[in-house]
Amino acid sequence: MSAEKQYTDFYAEVRETIAARSCDEMNACREKALQTFAAQGFPSPKMERYRYAKVEADFSPNYGIALAPLAGPLPPYCFRIADADPRVRVLYNNVADAADSIVALNTLLSVDTLVVHVPRGIKVEHPIQISNILKGEHDTMVSRRILIVMDELAEADVIITDRAASQSRFLTNQVIEVVMGDGSHLSLYEIEETHLLCTRYGSVFVQQGRNSSLHHTSLTLFNGHTRGRLDVQLQGEGSEVTANGCVIADKMQRVDNNTLIDHQVPHCQSSELYKYVLDDSAVGAFAGKVLVREGAQKTISKETNANLCATRSARMYSQPMLEIYADDVQCSHGSTVGQMDEAALFYMRQRGIDEPEARLLLKAAFITEVIETIPLLSLRDRLHVLVDKRLRGELSKCEGCKLCK
Amino acid sequence: MSERNSFVREVAEKKYEYGFTTDVQTDIIEKGLSEDVVRLISQKKGEPDWLLEFRLNAYRYWLTLEQPTWGHLKMPPIDYQAISYYAAPAQKPATVVGASSADLDPELIKTFDKLGIPLEERMALAGTAVDAVMDSVSVKTTFREKLREKGIIFCSISEAVREHPDLVREYLGSVVPYRDNFFAALNSAVFSDGSFVYIPKGVRCPMELSTYFRINARGTGQFERTLIVCDDDAYVSYLEGCTAPVRDENQLHAAIVEIVVKERAEVKYSTVQNWYPGDSEGKGGVLNLVTKRGHLRGRDSRLSWTQVETGSAITWKYPSCVLSGDGSQAEFYSVAVTNNYQQADTGTKMIHIGKNTRSTIISKGISAGKSQNAYRGLVKVASTADNARNYSSCDSLLLGSQCGAHTFPYMDVHNDTAVVEHEATTSKISEDQLFYCNQRGINTEEAVSLIVNGYAKEVINKLPMEFAVEAQKLLGVSLEGSVG
Repeated sequence: MSAEKQYTDFYAEVRETIAARSCDEMNACREKALQTFAAQGFPSPKMERYRYAKVEADFSPNYGIALAPLAGPLPPYCFRIADADPRVRVLYNNVADAADSIVALNTLLSVDTLVVHVPRGIKVEHPIQISNILKGEHDTMVSRRILIVMDELAEADVIITDRAASQSRFLTNQVIEVVMGDGSHLSLYEIEETHLLCTRYGSVFVQQGRNSSLHHTSLTLFNGHTRGRLDVQLQGEGSEVTANGCVIADKMQRVDNNTLIDHQVPHCQSSELYKYVLDDSAVGAFAGKVLVREGAQKTISKETNANLCATRSARMYSQPMLEIYADDVQCSHGSTVGQMDEAALFYMRQRGIDEPEARLLLKAAFITEVIETIPLLSLRDRLHVLVDKRLRGELSKCEGCKLCK
Repeated sequence: MSERNSFVREVAEKKYEYGFTTDVQTDIIEKGLSEDVVRLISQKKGEPDWLLEFRLNAYRYWLTLEQPTWGHLKMPPIDYQAISYYAAPAQKPATVVGASSADLDPELIKTFDKLGIPLEERMALAGTAVDAVMDSVSVKTTFREKLREKGIIFCSISEAVREHPDLVREYLGSVVPYRDNFFAALNSAVFSDGSFVYIPKGVRCPMELSTYFRINARGTGQFERTLIVCDDDAYVSYLEGCTAPVRDENQLHAAIVEIVVKERAEVKYSTVQNWYPGDSEGKGGVLNLVTKRGHLRGRDSRLSWTQVETGSAITWKYPSCVLSGDGSQAEFYSVAVTNNYQQADTGTKMIHIGKNTRSTIISKGISAGKSQNAYRGLVKVASTADNARNYSSCDSLLLGSQCGAHTFPYMDVHNDTAVVEHEATTSKISEDQLFYCNQRGINTEEAVSLIVNGYAKEVINKLPMEFAVEAQKLLGVSLEGSVG
């Protein structure tokens, strides 16, 4: 059975159940999604944006598919889509790339959507944390959908964490759509600490209005296979985006981040910083494209990808791209792949720090550059601890929160 | 007005300077491509069976392929049956072994004189040996005797097939196999002529070797093949130049250049590409779809590609280096200028296999008018390439708000001791720079030319003297009228 057929057959079987558990806005999109998915199948590595992903292999295993709607009390400003403002509900599936078959599969199988809606002028004081905890006896596939709508001048921090509470295989296909009104500000963090048997496809699609600013940080601390996609459309003048990411990968982990920053109007700024530390047989990939459309003058864009390969079997693919159709712009990108500074190692060893510890310090320092850009102080401190633990190999499972116990 | 600027104006009014056709009787075969055509080409050239077999294999393989579409290019459809695959100036004697100019058609000599390629004594002063290829065949190679004294072979590839079959057979297709890509397969099937260079062990080639390519006849394509073999401890500097007449249809140029560099040998390959770029409306022009690759086989070998790309409606090529010898070094310097409706998707591939290999990539793109200019480059470090080092820098300069400049670098690193760096910037000429020049009495047009030349200097400095002068002039001419 082809990998695609497994999903289309499953959908044919449960389409009524899904429709009954879901809402009109979501059900209305399914037919088209099915057509897209059936026509295209899983993206092959021949597609430029999926060059480094092994989609078919990731989706082939026989997973049970979770179809439970959201349950339990939700934090402030968070709603199930059925309870959200009708004005917000219509935005569902309007931002995501409907032609992409991974998105189509998500649209097809998602039962519920978590809506985060911050009304005009409201500054949400405490960060909104959304924890996804994967737990179950059986191998499970989860389709998750989140819609974040920031009205004009709204401000919020949203932290989305992925954790695994049991040792089964999990496959997550997550789509986040973000609509940012004029003058709004959003800090969006995606933190992944799962285990080697977890595969995660996360796609984030953002539309930004005038003078809005987005700070997106993606942290892959522990995972199996991860594919992250971030598409940002800068549609309003004066909008800004900062997209940062760090990856710590070892063993057989695979992390592929693919970003597209689309400068559609003049006077926008974008900045990207992605750092990878790869150990053992880990494979890392970063492909970031900055597109400056015709007329998007006075664009300022900066893209940096720095990578540390600690072993011979670790592999890194880096592809920072610029596509520019306007002349009055300043765009730059840089990419490096290298190893630890021998002089710095020597310096530390001279001062009595043993080699493994010195190497660890250097790796931590390398990652720190990304963490230091996080505006949320408490999260920054927590991450320093997590990174240190991760590098010491202590963070192979989630610890602390009572939900996991 | 300075002398140079008046020169630029003069040339700009003339538009494409090399756009003349020469009235030479040409022997053109019927349009179309089939096994019979491949056999006919081989027969016309009196080739041995192994070469015919090579061509036929390539042709059969080509039939299984589809033209690739991944380039950042809007390519007009190419009708491979509407091209004549062989055209030769008819009055040329069958072989030109040591031919004096008296043997050549006087029209032909005029052609090359117009191009500034005097095939005779003037070249002695310049100290360059020339192989001139018009349409499909090599018409004249100069200074063969002088080179022969040193054991250097420099002749057309058809001649090399006859006189040095062992060498050709050993190396032909060893760097760019016919299965490499669509255009390489096509070229391997129908290649007509080109240059062959062999530098024996320990010989430093005393003069620069040069090939000049010209497409003359209408409705023909040019499929030349260049093969350079540089044996242990040898050195050669090789120049390549190209022009074509003004035509309102697209002409196809699908060449292959193969370079073999052995132990401690060094090859410098410089190209000034000035094929007809099409008119200001984007009509006509040469489609320049070329596969160029060097194989650094020996320990401590060196190869450097330098290219100045100002011509062609479409340029799609990636002069590459396979660094398999330990300690080998490769360099790629490129200036690509696009104006009007020209499109370029060019760059390089550096494939590190040997230990302690090093490569440098310096690419400068200049886009003006409504053109699209893309850099695409691959740096691959295999797991065997300990201590490999790469530095890439690609800058783009935009002149005008309707053009595009794009950068698509690929870095695949499979070794922990490798250091790979890439940086790129895109910008326009800053108002500050122009203002500074204006303040000092330099008008805007001159200031732009000054800044562009300064910008490209890093690459132009790598070219041999005579080529550097030509390249600088070409830069000025190509950008004329684009600054407003």
